[in-house]
Amino acid sequence: MDALLDIRGVIMDFGGLRAVDGVSLQVFPGEIVALIGPNGAGKTTLFNCMTGIYRPSGGEIRIDPTGKAGRRIDGLPPHRITALGLARTFQNIRLFNGMTALENVMLGHHCRTTTGLLGAIVHGPAARRQEQATIAAAYAMLERVGLAPYADEVAGNLSYGAQRRLEIARALATAPSLLLLDEPAAGMNPQETFELDELIVRIRDEHKVAILLIEHDMRLVMNISDRIYVLEYGKSIACGTPLEIRGNPRVIEAYLGEDGHA
Amino acid sequence: MPTLTRHLLHAGGIALWFMLLALPLLAVRVDTLHNVVEWRWGNLLWVGAGAFVLTLLWRSMAAWRQRPSKEPAALATAAGRLLDEPRLYRPAVGLLLGAALLLPWLVDTYQTNIMGLALIFVVLGLGLNITVGLAGLLDLGYIAFFAVGAYCYALLNTRFGLGFWACLPLGGLAGAVCGLLLGFPILRLRGDYLAIVTLGFGSIARIVIENWENVTGGAQGIAGVARPGLFGLELSLAGMTIYLYYLLLALVAVTAFVTRRLQHSRIGRAWVALREDEIACAAMGVDVARTKLSAYAFGAFWAGLVGVIFAARNTYINPNSFTFMESALVLSIVVLGGMGSIVGVVLAALVLVLLPEYLRAVAEYRMLVFGAVMVLMMIIRPQGLIIARRKRYRAREAA
Ligand SMILES: Nc1ncnc2c1ncn2[C@@H]1O[C@H](COP(=O)(O)OP(=O)(O)OP(=O)(O)O)[C@@H](O)[C@H]1O
Ligand SMILES: [Mg+2]
Repeated sequence: MDALLDIRGVIMDFGGLRAVDGVSLQVFPGEIVALIGPNGAGKTTLFNCMTGIYRPSGGEIRIDPTGKAGRRIDGLPPHRITALGLARTFQNIRLFNGMTALENVMLGHHCRTTTGLLGAIVHGPAARRQEQATIAAAYAMLERVGLAPYADEVAGNLSYGAQRRLEIARALATAPSLLLLDEPAAGMNPQETFELDELIVRIRDEHKVAILLIEHDMRLVMNISDRIYVLEYGKSIACGTPLEIRGNPRVIEAYLGEDGHA
Repeated sequence: MPTLTRHLLHAGGIALWFMLLALPLLAVRVDTLHNVVEWRWGNLLWVGAGAFVLTLLWRSMAAWRQRPSKEPAALATAAGRLLDEPRLYRPAVGLLLGAALLLPWLVDTYQTNIMGLALIFVVLGLGLNITVGLAGLLDLGYIAFFAVGAYCYALLNTRFGLGFWACLPLGGLAGAVCGLLLGFPILRLRGDYLAIVTLGFGSIARIVIENWENVTGGAQGIAGVARPGLFGLELSLAGMTIYLYYLLLALVAVTAFVTRRLQHSRIGRAWVALREDEIACAAMGVDVARTKLSAYAFGAFWAGLVGVIFAARNTYINPNSFTFMESALVLSIVVLGGMGSIVGVVLAALVLVLLPEYLRAVAEYRMLVFGAVMVLMMIIRPQGLIIARRKRYRAREAA
């Protein structure tokens, strides 16, 4: 089977700092893959390279949503990458705070809809149908993450855990084939984290998306991941099943060097 | 009450301080003719009393703002509900429109003329509201697009004899094209840089108009621009004023209608999302460059359009109508009205244009009063007159 996402030797330099140093990583269709590592290891930076927010200094990133021909995406602008089937959430939540929860999700549909300026002004049958479809799909998505009662609530007023789930719903609305989650459990209480396990697995199964997630919560990572990559100082130091990673001496050392991770 | 005495003491202290400051300026006058010093204690008393009252007012207002009151919130939600509920706002809009239609028959030509000017600024405010209010892209040189529309018509009319109705869409188009041209170089700019560059663009446009004498007539401007025709009818001056008023009213209605449609559409949501968070917006699949350009161009389109009407209305234009003051006025309209709120912008445009006109009686102080009103607004209601509310979308069951 061909990899859905294929990262080879990606490098990202910030001035003199090499934040990502030759990382290679694959995600196959239907997988849940975790990316872990101490603070400042370069995990978020790697996400930013994949989603076009940074242009990598070296290496190659390809995605292959159809399983036919891979496409190089490094250096493409973010919206093109999203249109190709890569969606993400942000570590420091980036919702559209002044818009309602529903509107946030509706915005996710932007790249799957076509109504332009004229279409919106004339507001003909085609535009209406598209708008209605967007509303219905956004409602369904909010229901899926358990936020339907808050559809008209302004996103900035939602609780932290709800905001994280709203980000997931918004990303899913772009109809991705690979979903990137950057610390989805951060700031959630234990009960919410517990429910998140189930949500992520359900999303994978129902939406047929592969998931790549960054997470510090080891219980969650060990529970749901098919495979785990470990990053330290920008380098990939280990890769394997949860069982292999748990017993890997280099990983234990990397984590023991750091105190207080959850 | 201890708080009251504290307020009084504080106000008294401030009054004394002001009296001290004003002493050399207002109380002492050296009469050089008779070589005596004149003491005008009366003036000083006025200063003290004024400072005392104003300080008390200020402090009680501050206290009033801090008190956890429910009343303004209730008022705001009531107004919000009125704007939300089609059954309520449709008749309200109809009523307002009816009143606006009747207006020219109830007041004299002078008043109608002033109302026309206010409507021009309503359109400008609504146009800039798209760029600044919805998409969050600052533009300090917006009046340049207005100038483009006005000069477009003035030139095409005086040089090539093109009529008003042919030039109206051309003026809008010219504005939109200039909006695009401005948009391209500043796509990546934000905040202060955006402010400086758009300010520069506004100034450049004016300097070009002032110095390109063989085309734009330089500082003398262009005279003899034709008024809009009405099926070849000859209109008196009063008739023309009323005609132009209706024309502008129609344009306001169209602008408001189109803005409303767009606001709650795919494009409008992308504009607002852009204002909220550009990076997230791009990551959600919105083409940021295109969305920004469309906001600049579409905002500029209305300025170009109303610029044509402006030139036709005045029959004479010169660079003095397109200074930074006008850009600032339009921006104030958007900010005062409440970013992104159509009703707010209309209200603010009427207030900010009509207020100085009717304050002509106190000519010297009108800018002062204008400034005071703006400062008060920023203190009492920094979000603007009307806070734009998000629409609630309802899924219609597909039967
Ligand atoms: N835009 C930037 N400019 C300069 N340095 C950066 C930039 N972004 C990240 N870095 C640096 O790159 C390194 C990796 O940061 P990154 O945010 O990717 O870490 P992380 O693995 O996501 O950590 P955490 O678990 O704390 O989120 C850090 O040293 C950080 O300071
Ligand atoms: Mg991170």
